[in-house]
Amino acid sequence: MNDNINDKNTNTLTTRDQMNVVVIGHVDHGKSTVIGRLLADTDSLPEGKLAQVKANCKKNSKPFEYAFLLDALKDEQAQGITIDSARCFFKSQKREYIIIDAPGHIEFLKNMVSGAARAEAALLCIDAKEGVQENSRRHGYLLSMLGVRSVAICVNKMDLVDYDKTVFDNIVTEYAEFLKAINLEPKFYIPASAREGDNIVTNSAAMSWYTGPTVLEAFDSFEKEAPVTDKPFRFPVQDIYKFTADGDDRRIIAGRIETGTIKVGDEVIFLPSEKTSTIASIEGFNLTSQQTAIAGQSTGFTLDTQIYINPGELMCKVADVQPNMSTKIRANILWLGRHPMIKSKRYKIKLAGSRMPVWLRSVNTVLDASDLTTSSYAEQVERHDVAECILETLKPAAFDLATQIQQTGRFVIVDNYEIAGGGLILGSVEDKTDRITEHVNQRQKSWDRSKLTQGLRSGQYDQRSALVLVTGPADSGKSDLAKDLEAYLFNKGRYVYYLGISNTLHGIDADINDASLRDEYLRRLGEVAHLFTDAGLILITTASDLDDYELEMIKTLNSPNECVVVNIGENRFSKTVPDMQIDSIKNSDVAINEICELLKAKKYLIEYYV
Amino acid sequence: MDQLDVLESQGIYILREAYREFKQLVMLWSIGKDSTVLLWLARKAFFGHVPIPLMHIDTSYKVPAMIEYRDKLALDWKLNMIYGQNTQALEDKQTFPDGNATRIQCCQNLKTKALKNTLSGAWPRWILDHEAGKYVRHTDTEPYTGVIVGVRADEEGSRSKERYFSPRGEQNDWDVGDQPPELWNQFKTDFAPGTHLRIHPLLDWTELNIWEYIQRENIPIIDLYFDKGTGKRYRSLGCYPCTSPVDSTSTNVAEIIEELRSGKFSNIAERSGREQDKEDCNGLETLRRDGYM
Ligand SMILES: Nc1nc2c(ncn2[C@@H]2O[C@H](COP(=O)(O)OP(=O)(O)OP(=O)(O)O)[C@@H](O)[C@H]2O)c(=O)[nH]1
Ligand SMILES: [Mg+2]
Repeated sequence: MNDNINDKNTNTLTTRDQMNVVVIGHVDHGKSTVIGRLLADTDSLPEGKLAQVKANCKKNSKPFEYAFLLDALKDEQAQGITIDSARCFFKSQKREYIIIDAPGHIEFLKNMVSGAARAEAALLCIDAKEGVQENSRRHGYLLSMLGVRSVAICVNKMDLVDYDKTVFDNIVTEYAEFLKAINLEPKFYIPASAREGDNIVTNSAAMSWYTGPTVLEAFDSFEKEAPVTDKPFRFPVQDIYKFTADGDDRRIIAGRIETGTIKVGDEVIFLPSEKTSTIASIEGFNLTSQQTAIAGQSTGFTLDTQIYINPGELMCKVADVQPNMSTKIRANILWLGRHPMIKSKRYKIKLAGSRMPVWLRSVNTVLDASDLTTSSYAEQVERHDVAECILETLKPAAFDLATQIQQTGRFVIVDNYEIAGGGLILGSVEDKTDRITEHVNQRQKSWDRSKLTQGLRSGQYDQRSALVLVTGPADSGKSDLAKDLEAYLFNKGRYVYYLGISNTLHGIDADINDASLRDEYLRRLGEVAHLFTDAGLILITTASDLDDYELEMIKTLNSPNECVVVNIGENRFSKTVPDMQIDSIKNSDVAINEICELLKAKKYLIEYYV
Repeated sequence: MDQLDVLESQGIYILREAYREFKQLVMLWSIGKDSTVLLWLARKAFFGHVPIPLMHIDTSYKVPAMIEYRDKLALDWKLNMIYGQNTQALEDKQTFPDGNATRIQCCQNLKTKALKNTLSGAWPRWILDHEAGKYVRHTDTEPYTGVIVGVRADEEGSRSKERYFSPRGEQNDWDVGDQPPELWNQFKTDFAPGTHLRIHPLLDWTELNIWEYIQRENIPIIDLYFDKGTGKRYRSLGCYPCTSPVDSTSTNVAEIIEELRSGKFSNIAERSGREQDKEDCNGLETLRRDGYM
């Protein structure tokens, strides 16, 4: 596969580093102007660009603004406001930068956060005349929440206050107090005038009282965070590839190493399935063979053993500190959605490589990030709130605390089709109950029981009701076997029903047509099964590739009635031991016979010996 | 990891996310340097394979050498190669070279409309039959819902505002004022029926990064980028009526890199050879809001 290998040492690449810096602050405090000025005064603009922007302004009879160098959209220029974050590329003597010009208007907070979430460092602008405003504080808070630690504050528009040192000092005092409360310590406070070019690239004659760095010098003084190779190994499995073209028989676990390092021969564990294996090889294209891989690399591995795992699992080293695993997560969530985040609604969480359904279980506190006031009685999370919440998933999620390993300690929430919030994990929660069990308890309490008890029914039918769930990989002959079993039991005089998957799909599930709602299909299957078993029947149905947690949900929903699991083919459960394991159906009569023996032994089929 | 390693890793990560999330995924290949780097990243992401079909919108005003190069690479690398075209506009001569359309209208006809209708499957798609060595009518007419495009944020203003995963409406329209949040490499991958996503793995690359990477990986690039004795070469490949070659004597990748780092192009924008950008000052934004790449 590795055609075209070339020697990387033959060319003369100078290695430089690149840093993403975001510029934030309240609306109109001069963020875009600062960047425009920075580009212009360092000769970083393409030839003719400045002249072209000036000419356009003249054509449209608008005064020239440095901000127009960044605010490229028609609407932005028309309204004199930044709408969406822009990336601009810029080089100093020291390194290359991608500078992200974020909008300050609250309406575009999601765009500001998108910019800030990409940043390694930040410059926060405060208008000297207007002083500290609502979004100066909100943006400051969000920086601290997002974990951006390299921060400088630019007190801009000093020309409007006659370059007065006291104005500057007062703002510094006020804002430093705020930042202290949220545990953020900026490296510098810089008095500047972007319009006049003071302290942006060159020192200011008008502010000889200031001896600190210019904005450009502040950027260059930010330290780049070292790659996180010294943390435990975390590798979210993005996908599992088996491309068979040209006789390729590798089964490759693909993804990007978020933290740590790994080498061939290391023992690994996949979470939440808890399956283990050993790294057999590190794969790549146009690369010479590799024995180790490190944080930051998008790579792939083959394993020593053929284990069944899913995209979305977290691969860790057995020897490392393990991540948390829980169905309940305590997190700080910033909500950006148009509709509030509410309980009782099914959302999707994307956490490292995993995507799963998630519910808001409770809201502990809600913070107004613009003044740091909190309230503890909220039932839901409104747009732009920062809330400490408990979330609940169906299956355990594998994660770290955001303060320990950022990369696997944060997530986004999807509402309908939209990313509506981002969160940082504070911890897992010990809590014995879960949504499904609570639901079933409630359901059983409210159940309107008829005059016929289970005892009466099983006496009359000579059987105890049960759900016979035939599991296993797709195409293992499950439904044929299930139908044969139904016919056999029926001929023996049993009360039995086969429920085919397509019967539910086109019946009770006809209103949903979306494979990503798998948990909802299974929930309905569980509820339907409960009706049949409540009626005293033996219900036979099939489900492909169930995992332990899905099976547990179906069993809980069918409870208090019982369930018999017959697995056909490869057993892909990691914890569940099926009641019966049939490796392959060579002879369906034999298989049916074995299942009937099991049903008799478990007293579902009651026999009278005379 | 140096800067190119970081950019490469992010590009691969994005391609794999796209491949994981989109069943109807396609990658636009303009034959130019950026989308050829993208194609190379796909081979890296998928360990030598390219499991994503490539689509070329053929305006018929491309230099013939581009089509030759496209088909040769497609055969050599066993690519699943598809092209689409606005045959009606060409027949009706609704083009700039024929004098019946402005540059921008011509772009709209031959690129934006052709792209939109080939993506949706409304117009014929032609697919390379590797056995026969020629293009045949494609039987798959299902709309593509994920479209990978090699645009870079440093190219022009509206591209500097792009997301890695950027939604397009039912009319292929881009609502640039209301883009989804994009946090920590968790992208928007859910979409309403009828809409699709544009995926931009090269957003953080500069023109210089592209050439440095071509050099490092030894990527076979079309030779229109090199001077072959005339003192001229293309810096950006478009349709010949609207893209002029630049004066430059760079004959290989190393010389191009030198020219971009410290030479004559170190502060001249790449698209300065593209005439359609100049017709109105937000021309490209207008085109792009309508579905242009
Ligand atoms: N007098 C003076 N005006 C300034 C200075 N910096 C910016 N301005 C003006 O303040 C206004 C807003 O500047 P922008 O750079 O667009 O502000 P912004 O922070 O990017 O605004 P949003 O992105 O919309 O939040 C413009 O009219 C600028 O000319 C300065 O240093 N002095
Ligand atoms: Mg701005």
